[in-house]
Amino acid sequence: MTILEKVRALLGDGALLESGTDRVPRIAPGSPDAVALLLGTAHQEGWRVRLEGAGTWLPSDAPADLALTTRRLDRVPAVEPQDLTATAEAGIGLDQLRQQLADRGAWLAIDPPGLAGRTLGSIVATATAGPLRQGFGPVKDHLLGVTFVTGDGRMVQSGGRVMKNVAGYDLTRLQSGAFGAFGVIVLVHLRLRALPRADVTHVLEGSRDELTQIAEDIAASGLTPAALELVSPALARRDRWALAVRLVGSPTLVGSDELGLGAATGGGGRFTALRAEEAHGFWMRLAEGFAVRPVTFRIGGVPAASDELLDLLQHQVGDEWISAAPAAGAIRWSGDTTVDRLQRLRRTLAALEVPLTLERAPWPVRTAVGHFGAYREGAGPLVAGLRRTFDPGGALVVATDGE
Amino acid sequence: MSTRALADDLAAIVGSRHVRVAVAERVTYAMDGLPTHRRLPDVVVLPGTREEVIAVIRLLAALGIPFVPRGAGTGLSGGALAEDGAVLIVLTRLNRIVKIDAANRSALVEPGVVNARLSAATRPHGLHYAPDPSSQSACTIGGNVAENAGGPHCLKYGVTANHILALEIVLATGETVELGSPGGEPWGPDLVGLFVGSEGNFGVATRISVRLTPLPRAVRTLLADFTALRAAGEGVSAIIAAGIVPAALEMMDQSCIQAVEDSVYAAGYPRDAAAVLLVELDGHAEGAVTAEAEAVAALLKQAGARSVRTAADERERERLWQGRKKAFGAMGRLSRDLVVQDAVVPRSALPDVLETIAGIAARYGLVVSNVFHAGDGNLHPNISFDATDEAMRARVELASAEIMGACIAAGGTITGEHGVGLDKLRYMPLIFDAESLGAMHAVRRVFDPEERVNPGKVVPVHACREWASVRGAGWGVRSGNGNSAPRTPHPAPVVVP
Repeated sequence: MTILEKVRALLGDGALLESGTDRVPRIAPGSPDAVALLLGTAHQEGWRVRLEGAGTWLPSDAPADLALTTRRLDRVPAVEPQDLTATAEAGIGLDQLRQQLADRGAWLAIDPPGLAGRTLGSIVATATAGPLRQGFGPVKDHLLGVTFVTGDGRMVQSGGRVMKNVAGYDLTRLQSGAFGAFGVIVLVHLRLRALPRADVTHVLEGSRDELTQIAEDIAASGLTPAALELVSPALARRDRWALAVRLVGSPTLVGSDELGLGAATGGGGRFTALRAEEAHGFWMRLAEGFAVRPVTFRIGGVPAASDELLDLLQHQVGDEWISAAPAAGAIRWSGDTTVDRLQRLRRTLAALEVPLTLERAPWPVRTAVGHFGAYREGAGPLVAGLRRTFDPGGALVVATDGE
Repeated sequence: MSTRALADDLAAIVGSRHVRVAVAERVTYAMDGLPTHRRLPDVVVLPGTREEVIAVIRLLAALGIPFVPRGAGTGLSGGALAEDGAVLIVLTRLNRIVKIDAANRSALVEPGVVNARLSAATRPHGLHYAPDPSSQSACTIGGNVAENAGGPHCLKYGVTANHILALEIVLATGETVELGSPGGEPWGPDLVGLFVGSEGNFGVATRISVRLTPLPRAVRTLLADFTALRAAGEGVSAIIAAGIVPAALEMMDQSCIQAVEDSVYAAGYPRDAAAVLLVELDGHAEGAVTAEAEAVAALLKQAGARSVRTAADERERERLWQGRKKAFGAMGRLSRDLVVQDAVVPRSALPDVLETIAGIAARYGLVVSNVFHAGDGNLHPNISFDATDEAMRARVELASAEIMGACIAAGGTITGEHGVGLDKLRYMPLIFDAESLGAMHAVRRVFDPEERVNPGKVVPVHACREWASVRGAGWGVRSGNGNSAPRTPHPAPVVVP
């Protein structure tokens, strides 16, 4: 029997999708149990499996015997607006999830790069936080628990559905940002917020140096904006660099923050308040801008080093497509570059104790550079041990380390 | 190897003053903050530097001897007790604040630094370390990391895991590993996130880089009193549903209120109230915080609060908080022993679960006082008892098990901030299936293949599905979505000093 015939016998015709250009069979299990069944079989048969969400973020180009897409895992079993929690399957698109939550007065404070239809599982697995990380933290801070299926088909639950939980080891945080190396996330328990009653964005244009200083002044003022993002001209579609400040919350709180913003920047009036549809378009373009160029990575340094890191990027790979949160020390870069340049940049950054995580790239770049590259002292054997634990047969095709 | 010979070898590393072998010295370390578990360690060693920690662990690795890391011993799960020949490594002498980096809002500390001392040291910079467990005047940052400790202000600012940027850890072999990065971005998979809350099972943290948080410029502290516990629970739900995130949202029931008011920590709580809520709001602007405080007061009155008053000044605020933070001490007036329980339920389930707990207490003839983090749904039912009364001890265990069962049935979990340790091992199979427990056990073996670090804690090995062997039949289809249905907890025998 061929792989396709075996999968058809296991999961039925409904799980078989049309293959991509590389003719790798694309399988869309309809339930977490079906994912476990498929991966258990892959482990036994020695099949190599690549993971896909909606196919809108990581290119579907890794060499594999079959592609597993979570796109049919798109149910939302529970939304609890009173508790501000929800449980969603990993294949649901963020746009659909947002709408379902908004209908119940709830909000997931995550704005990852990529197209609106990116799956929840992809966002969790790659830990790709957007500008809202400034006010609401990284992706892992929004997770109460996950259920995942290992490379040999075991289903594992971690965490739970309540606000605090220290029962057992935190495998939820381990899964967030592992790029699927430790299994396929099938179900996610989320921490929500009440849908903000006020949500405004102010933008200021200027030189990068000037705006970086203003961002530092805002952070030092005690203001806690939801987003404080420095955006390159090309990405912002403006003539100059842009500093965007997003304020969310009650109208009273936002009004107070707007006054504080003016005071923190020397009298105010220089920022331009965007209309609601303008603000939506600004943040959407920023997110989508990272999904169209071949390579995207993120780096994370200390806040005070942001300017130095931006200089370094400009020097080594250019700074046409950059978005940075100077007060959080987080920078995302996108563009076209080579394996050599990425490896050299990563070495330079490592000497500064700054990790570079390759978020998105064609397979030849991913496999050469790795999502993570070399680890810090002593951590490599632990990561390798965890991979062997969660994927003992090496069924999951994930380029973690590079060459 | 004899205990004497081992002590001599350890003394060669740390000095004989810092090795305890006499019973009178070791008995100090036989318990933590939970009086239902006692284990007398054979040897206690107190290294004073990271180099000494590494040397001690390498010696124990060479000898194949298990060990248990311990901070100040304020834990509430029996997690830092050593037994079966394990050496207790006490880290309180590693108490240096290595660096405060105000510009980047971070600090590098050793594991024995006391939580409150770190906040005191950073206050002149306008910063503080946000996780504030009730034991913060004694507990250490290393212990907080091991337990993923919380505290009242974690509702807004997050638990320990949200504030740890990087770690240097020492594995059971004595090898050092660097996790995380100075800016907090994971370096590869999030091993910092995995280590925090692992209850010492993965190794010893010797350097901890923490995130510091700006001190709020405006603070309002409200005290609301209710004549019905259910109404107080509904007040909590009303605040959360309104989208207001207080810095803290704490509840105390009548039994707790009276214990506090009878003690030196009397805070002026109304003695006849069925419950009080302590609500704190903070921010950078007076006007916005005042407006939020007014909104909260209105919500609480709608929920049935008899009165809502705002602390007039810092002194009154401190007094209100002292009553809350010292409530566990005040309960010492009620009986000679106290079990501080810890569980979490969905916030909307609080009123029902509190009534269920009251029913359990009445059925077993026990005094249960509730003081807890209501905003997180993190309950602390405190059972007062006399450990010399064997029958009462048995009732305490049965009642504890029923309380855990009720919280699980409500969709909750068995611990929100105290950890599993020894005390809650028996409850782990109630919330995790054998496969998930097996996964945790397998992860532990990645860090510590011989299982020599803090053996016998967190994961009940007998309940795990085997992960180490090559898998045969039996994998694959499972029912449900991974959330186990609640089962009836079985009480374990009580070990009392």
